[in-house]
Amino acid sequence: MVKKEYTLSIFTEDHIGILNQITIILTRRQINIESITASESAVKGVQLITLAIRTTDDMVRKVARQIEKIIDVIKVFVHTSDEIVYQELALFKLSTKSLLSGNIIDHLVRSHNARFLEITSEYIVIEKTGHKNEILRLLNELEPFGILQYVRSGRVAVTRQVKEFHEYLKELNEALREEEKEESGIFNRLKEK
Amino acid sequence: MFNYDKAESMTERAEFYEEKTTEEITGAEALLRCLIEEGVDTIFGYPGGAIMPVYDKLLDYKEKIRHILTRHEQGAAHAAQAYAMVTGKPGVAFATSGPGATNLITGIANAYLDSVPVVFITAQVVSSLIGTDAFQETDIIGISMPVTKWNCQIKRAEEIPEMVAKAFYIATTGRPGPVLIDITKDAQTGKLPFKYKKCRFIRSYNPRKPLKKKEIESAAILINHAEKPLILAGHGVLISKAENELREFAEKTGIPVAVTLLGMSCFPANHRLYAGMLGMHGNLAPNKLTNEADVIIAIGMRFDDRVTGNLKKYAPEARIIHIEIDEAEINKNVNVDIEINNDAREALKYLIPLVNPNSHERWLREFRINDKIEYNTVIKPEIKPEKGPIKMGEVVNMVSELTKGEAIIVTDVGQNQMAAARYYKFINPNTLITSGGMGTMGFGLPASIGAKIGKPDVPVIAFLGDGGFQMTIQELGTILHHNIPVKLIMFNNFFLGMVRQWQDMFFQKRYASTELVNPDFVKICSGYDIPAERVTEREELTQAITRMLNANSPYFLEIHVEKEGTILPMVEPGASVSEVKISK
Repeated sequence: MVKKEYTLSIFTEDHIGILNQITIILTRRQINIESITASESAVKGVQLITLAIRTTDDMVRKVARQIEKIIDVIKVFVHTSDEIVYQELALFKLSTKSLLSGNIIDHLVRSHNARFLEITSEYIVIEKTGHKNEILRLLNELEPFGILQYVRSGRVAVTRQVKEFHEYLKELNEALREEEKEESGIFNRLKEK
Repeated sequence: MFNYDKAESMTERAEFYEEKTTEEITGAEALLRCLIEEGVDTIFGYPGGAIMPVYDKLLDYKEKIRHILTRHEQGAAHAAQAYAMVTGKPGVAFATSGPGATNLITGIANAYLDSVPVVFITAQVVSSLIGTDAFQETDIIGISMPVTKWNCQIKRAEEIPEMVAKAFYIATTGRPGPVLIDITKDAQTGKLPFKYKKCRFIRSYNPRKPLKKKEIESAAILINHAEKPLILAGHGVLISKAENELREFAEKTGIPVAVTLLGMSCFPANHRLYAGMLGMHGNLAPNKLTNEADVIIAIGMRFDDRVTGNLKKYAPEARIIHIEIDEAEINKNVNVDIEINNDAREALKYLIPLVNPNSHERWLREFRINDKIEYNTVIKPEIKPEKGPIKMGEVVNMVSELTKGEAIIVTDVGQNQMAAARYYKFINPNTLITSGGMGTMGFGLPASIGAKIGKPDVPVIAFLGDGGFQMTIQELGTILHHNIPVKLIMFNNFFLGMVRQWQDMFFQKRYASTELVNPDFVKICSGYDIPAERVTEREELTQAITRMLNANSPYFLEIHVEKEGTILPMVEPGASVSEVKISK
């Protein structure tokens, strides 16, 4: 079966060790993590882990179910690249000398929609935001000028889907409230006795 | 735990303060009171440095909680699992930090693969020492993560009630499984105002699945049109207590019921619709006819490779309906046509009125024909041999007849296990306690202890091999210490029988490290004050077994069996279930 790139948006409780539990599942299935980002989501107290993996359609569904089975994972969304809006960010550090060899770098920065973050007498830092292949293209073109450092972030993504995570959460919380009502009902009845 | 900020009324807040001022107890005591609140009255365990505050408190609670001191933590884990399997209540096992905790791991993994609720409580070094490689410190949270349903570390006494409540809720709901709580020594000695509230809901975990009515209705249509339907019943039927529903469903539709190893005893073996055991050493008919079935109804089972054989050649003619509580198991090994992600009992209750009464006589006849072939070529020579060495099958058959299929049977792993599963005729639910997914040698002896403590009024008989018995032989000490009247039958063939069988069949009979030099087992048992006999001749067998069954004490029978016996039928590795062999 063909392997494709999938982005997993994993919403979890803010507990220690969840990332470990997720990587155990991927490791057992011999799936390499292409990129990973973790941050707080739009809902306070809920973490969002964004993973990019390359695997088959069949396998991504299996691992997504296994990840969702982890007690502290609230919800997992699986997306192909066309179902999300996503970006990565790269930083390039070059020697300032390279800038002096004409305006080629200026031109590259402009044409790639990148920007200078810092220019000192020793070095320059260029920032580029975009998809992985765009970043790699710029990397390729900057390479002849001698790159001192290059780093690329994990993927951040938002989904195009209409039903948002907080709506799922609302349903869950409503169920919780029902449950508590039932509880306190029993409690009150006991007290009356 | 009560959350002050979330309290809605003033009275609730007032009550909270009232509670707070009433009593402060130590974390160790709080742990025991939590367990009592959860209905725990038996704990299996082994003390050590870090868990001493808890054991100290146990003395004060010995009227309410019975502690069974095993001779190794692995024994405690297996015993707690067997206790859970026979009682339907969660088992509890204690161990100290470091080696105590790591010794539990085999038992935890075993409970995980067989979906048994056990709450493991391990102690941890003082929280300030965690991460420093302190004496008897080990990262048990990291180590147990892949083999527990959930685990957590408690570093403050106040967290104990909430976490224990969560642990029991998670272990026992949905697809059950083991959980582990690691409690630091300072959390055990710290004080807290004690208040216990059972956990009933966790936002990120929802074991109650809405009934899949539409899918069940489609399933009913498939079933009503099926000509060769087959039910595959697994452990989930026992876990969800769906034995009666399964029976009603099978009787109404006339569909034969095949069981997995762990599903064994969920359907009476003497029922006319009982089709036998599936899998590598299962019966001929259900294996062979799986590949002829046109509709398969899989209930609470997970299509383990030992059941399916070669997946590429598995059930090619069948539409598959999968009733399974764990969504991650659906479409994992076998792609199914109808997914019913529900509790087995709830799904069956909804399904039964939708199916038409039927009797698949022609289809059932095919089972009978295969049963007859198997009986003549495999079963009869195994259970009624006229000459030659004693066979495992004849012993199991004899025990089955003498106990009318109503005992609890515990097995170790290997040939003894397959003989027990094949030749004991289980009548009552939850009466086979065996290590399925893990295949843990050494499981049998400690598990028999846990089973007997859980069901003291039912005879508990363990079938062990000479290999597995010696892996946890020290638990004879537990039997002596607590006077547990388990009946142990050890088949001695002076071999690691199942491995030897594979060497015989697939490794040109090269017996690498499978022949055993064994001690005098009867002498060992007498050292533990356990009545013991050695049986080497067929003529002595009936009387020895009768003596064993009639004894009020623990009893040990060493039975010398055929040295190079082979368990058949067999679905060889890589073969399809329909290629099941009935001779070598």
